[in-house]
Amino acid sequence: MIRQVAIVGVGWSPFRSITPSISYKEMMYEAAVQAYRDAGIDPRRDVDSFVTVAEDFCEGTSIFDEYVPDQLGALHRPMHTITGDGIHGLAASVMQILTGRFDVVVLEGHSKASNILTMPYITAFAMDPVFNRPLAANPVFIAGMEMQRYLAETGTPLDACGQVVVKNRGNALINPLVEFGAELTVDDVLLSEPVAEPLTRLQCADHADGAVVMVLAAEEVAKTLTDTPIWVRGIGWANDTFWMESRTWGQAGYAYLAGQMAYRTAGIKSPRSEIDFAEIDDVYAYKELQHLEALGLCRPGEAGMWTLEGGTDLDGEFPVNPSGGSLGGGHMLDCTGLARTLEVVLQLRGKAGQRQLEDVETGLAFCWRGVPTTGGAAVILSN
Amino acid sequence: MKEHVYDTVYLRGKDFEEGNVLFETWDPNARYAWDTGVGMSRFLQELKAGRLVGAQCSGCCRVMVPPRMFCEHCFLPTDAFVPLQDTGTIVTFSLCYVTWDMIRIKEPQIPIVVAIDGASPGMGIMHLLGEIEPDAVKIGMRVQAVWKPAEERTASITDIAYFKPLEQGGSQ
Ligand SMILES: [Zn+2]
Repeated sequence: MIRQVAIVGVGWSPFRSITPSISYKEMMYEAAVQAYRDAGIDPRRDVDSFVTVAEDFCEGTSIFDEYVPDQLGALHRPMHTITGDGIHGLAASVMQILTGRFDVVVLEGHSKASNILTMPYITAFAMDPVFNRPLAANPVFIAGMEMQRYLAETGTPLDACGQVVVKNRGNALINPLVEFGAELTVDDVLLSEPVAEPLTRLQCADHADGAVVMVLAAEEVAKTLTDTPIWVRGIGWANDTFWMESRTWGQAGYAYLAGQMAYRTAGIKSPRSEIDFAEIDDVYAYKELQHLEALGLCRPGEAGMWTLEGGTDLDGEFPVNPSGGSLGGGHMLDCTGLARTLEVVLQLRGKAGQRQLEDVETGLAFCWRGVPTTGGAAVILSN
Repeated sequence: MKEHVYDTVYLRGKDFEEGNVLFETWDPNARYAWDTGVGMSRFLQELKAGRLVGAQCSGCCRVMVPPRMFCEHCFLPTDAFVPLQDTGTIVTFSLCYVTWDMIRIKEPQIPIVVAIDGASPGMGIMHLLGEIEPDAVKIGMRVQAVWKPAEERTASITDIAYFKPLEQGGSQ
C-alpha cells in the first residue's frame, strides 16, 4: 500500500442476545466513547471522516445514515453509511485514508438483531423475488443445501462440523465479551433438533446485539497516538453470482477471491505459514471449514480432519476463532466482520485476556454476508 | 449502432389485461420492536404521567428535548433530567391536504414543531395542531399540549392528543 494505515483505537458494547436496557444509539455511543478513549482522541476535533455499516431492513429505518452522526460525535462532519459488512466498511475507511485527504477515520458497526421480530422474512428480502421467494421457505434451507454439497464434495465427516461448535463455544467460555459459551459434545451438536438437514440447531449461530467502533489512522498520525498500532496489511472482497440455480454450492468462491486479493495486497505468498491465527465467519459450523479451505489455510477437504485433530484449537498450530466466533458470540448482522476483526486486534495487542495466543504477529479476519449471499471480505492485520 | 439494447415497445392497457406484460408481487413482513433505551424511555414514561422532560448537557448546558443520553455537540453523556412545561412556540408548520396514503382531504392536518418552554432555544417536539382555523396558524404562535385522559395514555408521543393555541395570558 502507498500509505500505511493502522487501527489505533477499538471500543465495543458487549455482545448479548438481548439488550433491552439500551437503545441502538446508546449502544453505539458506549462503543464510540471507549474507542476514542482507547485512541486518545476527541471525535469533535480529531476525526476527519466517519463510516458506518448498516442495512436499512435490519434497522427498520430507511436512509439509516441520517441516524448515525449524533452518537458517534460525527455531527456536521463527513460521514457515510455503506450497506455491507464491517470489513467492507474497513476497506472503505482504509481507502479514504489512502486518498491522502483523510488522516483519521472512524468505523462503526452494530447489531440490534433482537429488535427484529420477523427475521426470516427480513432475510428473505435478499432472495430473488421472482424465482425464489414464491417458494415461501425459511432461507436457512440455503445453508442446509450448501452444507450438503460441501460435505458431499469434500467427504468431510459430520463430526467435524460438530467439533467446530464444541471448539468455538468452548473458546467463548473464557471471553467476557460474549455470552454463548458452553461445554458441549459433538453428539450434543449433531443430535440437536434438525433445522435444515444436515444442519442442526446447535450448528447455527444465534443472533446477538452489540456494537464495535474502530479508529483508523495514517502511519504518521498513528505513531503519535499509540505505541501499539495494529497495521492493516491487506484487504480483499468479492462476490460470486446470486443465482441459486447455478452457484458453486460446494465451495466458497467469494472467500477464495477475497483471500487472494487480501494476500496480494499484503504481499503474502504462503498464508498458512505467514499468518498465525484467524477469526473466520462461522455463522453455520460448516462455514468455518469451507472458508478455511477457500482461504487457502488448508487444502480442500482437509479442514474437517484438521479441526478434529485439534489443529485449530486455542492451543493448536493455527487457532481459528479464539474469540468463540459467531457460534460462541452470536451472529451480529453487519457487525459480524468487525467482531471478528476486533478479536484479531486484541490478540495482536496482547490484550485478549485468558484466551491470549502466544507470539502472534499476523492475523486474518474473514466475514461472509450470510444467507443467501455469496459475498465476503478479508483483512490481514499485523502488530 | 442501436440506440437501445432492447427494441422500444409501446404498451397499452390491453397488453396488461391479456397478460403480455407480467409482474410479480410481494407483501413485506417487516416488524420491529425498538428498545427505546435510557433517554427515550424516561421521556415516554413522563409522557404517560402527563409531563414533558428534557436532558441537560453538562458541557454546553443545553436543555434538550426529546432527551438523549449524550449531547451531539459536546459528545458528553447527559445525566440530568429537567422538567419542562407543556407550552411552547410554533417554530414552523404546514397545512397538509393529503393523507399519507395520498388521499386528498378538505380539512388539513397541521403538523407543527413546537419549541418547548424550559428547553433551550429551538429545541422542541413535533406534533399536530388542533382547535384552530388553518388560516390562523402563524409561526411564533403560542401553543399548549392537550393531553389524552390518563387512563388512555400508553407512554407514547400520542399521549399528547394534539397542541392547541394558548389563550392570551397563558403561562410563559
Ligand atoms: Zn453539550
